[in-house]
Amino acid sequence: MSDLEPLSDPGLPAHVARRADRDPIAEKRAERQVAILFMLSGLSAVAFIASYVGIKSDQYIFLPLLGTTNAQQLALGISLALTLLTIGFGVVHWAKVLMSDHEITNQRHTMRSSETELAELATTFAAGAASSGLGRRSLIKRTLGGALALVTISPLIILRDLGPLPKKQLEGTNWKRGSRLITDPGGIALKASDLEVGGVAHVLPERPTGQKETLEDLTRDPVLVIRLRPEDLHLNAEQASWTHNGIIAFSKICTHMGCAVGLYEQQTHHLLCPCHQSTFDVTTGASVIFGPAARPLPQLAITVDSEGYLIAQHGFNQPVGPSFWERSS
Amino acid sequence: MKRLSKYRRHPLAAGLVIAMGLLLVGSLYSLASGAGPAQASNARSQAIKEGQQIFLKGCSSCHGLNAEGTQTGPSLIGVGAASVDFQVGTGRMPMADASVQATARAPQFTPEQTMALAEYVASLAPGPAIPSQAALNYERDGNLAQGGELFRTNCAMCHNFAGQGGALTQGKYAASLMGVDPQKIYEAMITGPQSMPVFGDRSMTPAEKLSIIKWLKNVQNEQAQGGIALGKVGPVTEGLLVWTLGLGLLIGAAVWLGAKSK
Repeated sequence: MSDLEPLSDPGLPAHVARRADRDPIAEKRAERQVAILFMLSGLSAVAFIASYVGIKSDQYIFLPLLGTTNAQQLALGISLALTLLTIGFGVVHWAKVLMSDHEITNQRHTMRSSETELAELATTFAAGAASSGLGRRSLIKRTLGGALALVTISPLIILRDLGPLPKKQLEGTNWKRGSRLITDPGGIALKASDLEVGGVAHVLPERPTGQKETLEDLTRDPVLVIRLRPEDLHLNAEQASWTHNGIIAFSKICTHMGCAVGLYEQQTHHLLCPCHQSTFDVTTGASVIFGPAARPLPQLAITVDSEGYLIAQHGFNQPVGPSFWERSS
Repeated sequence: MKRLSKYRRHPLAAGLVIAMGLLLVGSLYSLASGAGPAQASNARSQAIKEGQQIFLKGCSSCHGLNAEGTQTGPSLIGVGAASVDFQVGTGRMPMADASVQATARAPQFTPEQTMALAEYVASLAPGPAIPSQAALNYERDGNLAQGGELFRTNCAMCHNFAGQGGALTQGKYAASLMGVDPQKIYEAMITGPQSMPVFGDRSMTPAEKLSIIKWLKNVQNEQAQGGIALGKVGPVTEGLLVWTLGLGLLIGAAVWLGAKSK
């Protein structure tokens, strides 16, 4: 039909002899190069031992670009790196330049075993099955089956350690009606008069004396108190009733992934989360103006008691922090 | 007497009498209390006058002729001497250009001029005063461990966990705290310059502030234990180095391994 010929197999390219294969002087040179690399490796190993023994561990030196660094650590690192690198370079250089580089073609063979081998396997298997007597001894068969089943189930039981379910733990915090706001760290109970306009304080709920907050408490209790000019706040009536003279308090736990939202820009009144740049506008009740957070930061209702201390009106009206399956609101 | 009594029910009469009384008492007091304070207050009012002159020339175009603030610059009434000493003493003010943030540079005024400006601004309304050197003995009064804890809660989110500074929104940034004069650090905490909030003395005690300064100075002089600190900014430089230099070396090695020898 056509006079087009299929492309002929070009075969392997002709073997090109390397310089070291053709020229005895080049071969000698390559041999020396490999030997020098191996010697460098040996010397570096000696330098490694010498710097461990010889340099004091508290000796510091100043190097341009690197700054003040520990001399021993630096020497150990450099000498070990040189030891390994030069031995590696030497081996590769040897293999590439001096070892035989003739390409050898290995023909593939069929994967399937021969008929005789297959038949032999079948006979051996049948003989083994017959001699084990699995078909006749039903007691052994059943107990073995039972044991295997239980072995499979036993790892499943340790999956229980994934639980127990958190139940209501994620919903609540230690803030409750009348909790005073104490600075963290420092432990000063804050009065409304203690905060200046433009001022912030990182606070925790006051605890009964002698009780220390646990790490778990620190994952949900932290609150940021900020004082603005009251006229800068644009809140609905309920949120406004949760502030006191321009003092407003928010949970510090980001509603996105639970990082501590602490970057407060005093002039723009923006609160920024350092992890994923979610930005909250404090003046509108920490509404999200940028970033991946889905909800505003929960606002803590605060007021002052008869002595002028800032206190919580009640706990948070919603769970703080990121979303979770069982979240009720 | 008759002429006087005619005016005694005048609306201004009460004010005038009080003013005259105050003047009399004041003059008597200053006569009685001797020359010392009088000279001091004289020097102070001299500084205020001088400060006002500098202010009118160097600052009033943005902050207004009476420091009342304009479209381009905030009001300086009540910001206090500490704020002036921080902003002018670090060269942030007068601003180098109208960018989002004033950057620190060589001070544009001499220390004496800065003090005069501070006196003038402080005379407008009470505000945070410049902390005295005696009150800044952080080596004696600071607590290193407490300072670290305070720094991590209150400062680290903006200034980086080792005080190296960091980015804020829209091109603003928190400055590096390395090599900053303790007095300036203290002033920044009590005045809240630019984006920084105020950390007043009643929510963070002076002793706690000194602890933070002590911790910062300790970090600054800390030697890198594990070799190169890479600017102490954490995973960003470390990652950059590994992904460019480290990976580049590996690619180079792979190319070399695959190349045929001539």
